[in-house]
Amino acid sequence: MRFFEYEAREIVKRAGIPVTDFGFTRDAAEAKEIAARIGGPTVIKSQVLSGGRMKAGGVQFADTPEEAQTHAENVLKLEINGQMPRGILVDPKADIDQEFYVGVVWDGTAKQPVIIFSPVGGIDIEQVAEEQPDKVGRRHFSNILPFSDYIAKEVIASTGVTGSDLNKLVPIVTKLAKLFVEKDMTLAEINPLGKLKDGSFVALDAHMDMENEARGRHKALLADLGVADEETREAREATPFEIAGEAVDAMDHRGVAGNVTEFDGNLGLVIGAGGGSLTLFDAVRAQGGDPANYCEIGGNPSVNKACGLAKLVLQKPGVDKIAVMMSIVSNTRVDIVARGVIKACLELNMDPAEKIAIFRIPGAWEDEGFLILDKYGVEYADRSVSLHEAARRAVEKIGAAA
Amino acid sequence: MSILVNENTTFIVQGITGREAVNLTRECLDYGKGAKVVGGVTPGRLGREVHGVPVFDTVAQAVAHHGSPIDGSVVTVPPAFTKDAVFEAIENGIKLIVIVTERIPRRDVAQMVELATLRGARIIGPNCLGIIVPDVVKMGGIGGPAKDAAKSYTPGSVGVISRSGGMTTEMSSTLTAAGLGQSTAVSIGGDAIIGSSYAELMPLFEADEQTEAIVIYTEPGGRMEAELAKWVTDNNSRLPIVAFMAGRFMDEMPGMSFGHAGTIVEGKEDTATEKIARLAEAGIVVAEEIAEIPELVKQAIAKRKG
Amino acid sequence: MDGVFISVEVNGDAAADAALAAKLEEVCPVSIFKGTPSGVEINAEFLDECVLCGLCLDAAPDGAVTVTKLYSGETLTR
Repeated sequence: MRFFEYEAREIVKRAGIPVTDFGFTRDAAEAKEIAARIGGPTVIKSQVLSGGRMKAGGVQFADTPEEAQTHAENVLKLEINGQMPRGILVDPKADIDQEFYVGVVWDGTAKQPVIIFSPVGGIDIEQVAEEQPDKVGRRHFSNILPFSDYIAKEVIASTGVTGSDLNKLVPIVTKLAKLFVEKDMTLAEINPLGKLKDGSFVALDAHMDMENEARGRHKALLADLGVADEETREAREATPFEIAGEAVDAMDHRGVAGNVTEFDGNLGLVIGAGGGSLTLFDAVRAQGGDPANYCEIGGNPSVNKACGLAKLVLQKPGVDKIAVMMSIVSNTRVDIVARGVIKACLELNMDPAEKIAIFRIPGAWEDEGFLILDKYGVEYADRSVSLHEAARRAVEKIGAAA
Repeated sequence: MSILVNENTTFIVQGITGREAVNLTRECLDYGKGAKVVGGVTPGRLGREVHGVPVFDTVAQAVAHHGSPIDGSVVTVPPAFTKDAVFEAIENGIKLIVIVTERIPRRDVAQMVELATLRGARIIGPNCLGIIVPDVVKMGGIGGPAKDAAKSYTPGSVGVISRSGGMTTEMSSTLTAAGLGQSTAVSIGGDAIIGSSYAELMPLFEADEQTEAIVIYTEPGGRMEAELAKWVTDNNSRLPIVAFMAGRFMDEMPGMSFGHAGTIVEGKEDTATEKIARLAEAGIVVAEEIAEIPELVKQAIAKRKG
Repeated sequence: MDGVFISVEVNGDAAADAALAAKLEEVCPVSIFKGTPSGVEINAEFLDECVLCGLCLDAAPDGAVTVTKLYSGETLTR
């Protein structure tokens, strides 16, 4: 879950890392007050989760509070990559001597966090790594041993930084590393980390991503920041169709029938499980099909849930037929899913034989499932029909219908 | 032969009284030559039995009851308790831990894996279905009930490694239908950090005489495929590998995660396109469809032998 | 009582047995039976959730409970 910059800065500040005297607001008049309080030139920054703010005009510089208000009005109205800003951040325009970079991420290969440090900040760290590799230091640290300052010292020193800069940077990097671990972040980044004319350091921007699975451990922090439980903070906001999918999955605690993602095609998909859904979605597209949605069934959901998911997809505008397909199931039951999708058709006064382009779920209780499908005249396939072949048949049928 | 487990492997089930764990225990006892499930652990349930398997409050009690070290554990406790359960298993001398539980934060997984490494133990998972040696033994829910698992898995020469539990069975079933059996199939889990990656299992397959080829199922997210490509190149592996990559559509949707938690694309090296290129560079054949896999495996084996 | 796929019947005497009703409510994993002081009631909305486990058949006297698969006509009883 990604944080807005104003939240990320607050997290950094709470960890004891110096930040500028910034203010957050959703109101242009208040932006003027904040700018007046700060005194001197300010920066008005759009608070969106998307990158590319600067290019889109979401970052503006103001010399006076009045100018800050004018920029604030404009930035608050500016949509960036499909997102309206949450608000704006009013930041003093700092007098910077040098920009540094520090970030902490997981290394899935080493299975440890890694600190990345560079005396070249303010730009994309991947670009620095390509152009000036000797200016980027990396240092893994243990998941079990307590973090110790020397680890931060080593990574900073490895980039050639020494003197009082080194000594001032060690506590900042240490605090960021500890914050990364304690707050279950998947990314904790300060870029740029500014060195002011007086030689002190201050975080000028911060980017934080918290692991979704760990949100439950940080309820107090999230409540303090005003992050609501239902905010998913995915790359794009959930559509009403996707929110309805969440509601289906929440109908009871048996299994999964959800993770719905909306697309704009005519072939509705009732598919599973994790890997099966990925494979099947690719397969439908490879056969020239146009999926209306992505979803996942797994863990043996109730008939009610399978029915709810199928109804949701069947009722989606533009959907002509649905394809019900999974990789071989060993826990989810074929007959239960068959009952669910047929019931969905019946309750919507649709003919299952016509609406279900194909049913390809082999595995547990398949004989029972096939009896049900026979009764309603639904075309089905067993494991001898591959996932791609099932997708091909579904696409062929919907082509004939269009 | 096989990797990781064989008919003599003893293991316990932690969280054995949970609904899914009860089923899993039955399946393991019934499959192949019958797994040696020597105990189960659920705190507060000492003295109960699950399908004849004695239940203990602690792993130490299970080990004491067994009278000698226990080889493995299948961990099926809720996410908030998994780290503690795995630490308990490791500190009681267990060397092979299959973690079934999903949705465990990465910090916890990384801690478990690091302790395992320090103690010379191995973790498979989390978010996995375990290990199966066809007709011999299964450790975990992989393949489902014994009679269903028997339909999909047959003994043979192909090692299977998969980030998806269900696709482990789908691919093995496809191999079986084409007359290609499996030496061992391992569901390694769908999370961003897992105990054993492809590259970490390769040395075991490399040393297993029965194994003549490897089939992997892979997804976007992470650097595990690059790690495998490097391992294959560095070690001049004797085993041809055929890979299947799902989730190619995700390349158009950066920042979104589908299927498994580990699929989130966090950098350009994580994309399906990039991974396919890496695998191909290392001489790993990437199949377009599951149905192509058996033929590609046969060709690859023939080529190595030729 | 009929669902779309499953029908469950409890015959006359057994249906009025409050003790049996309570037992059926307890064993059914999908809450098809409801025990009341005057006997068993069927929760119609859960009939199609029946997983064909047979626990209700085992809990009742021979022939007291019948489960019918409406899609094949097969009946399960004991």
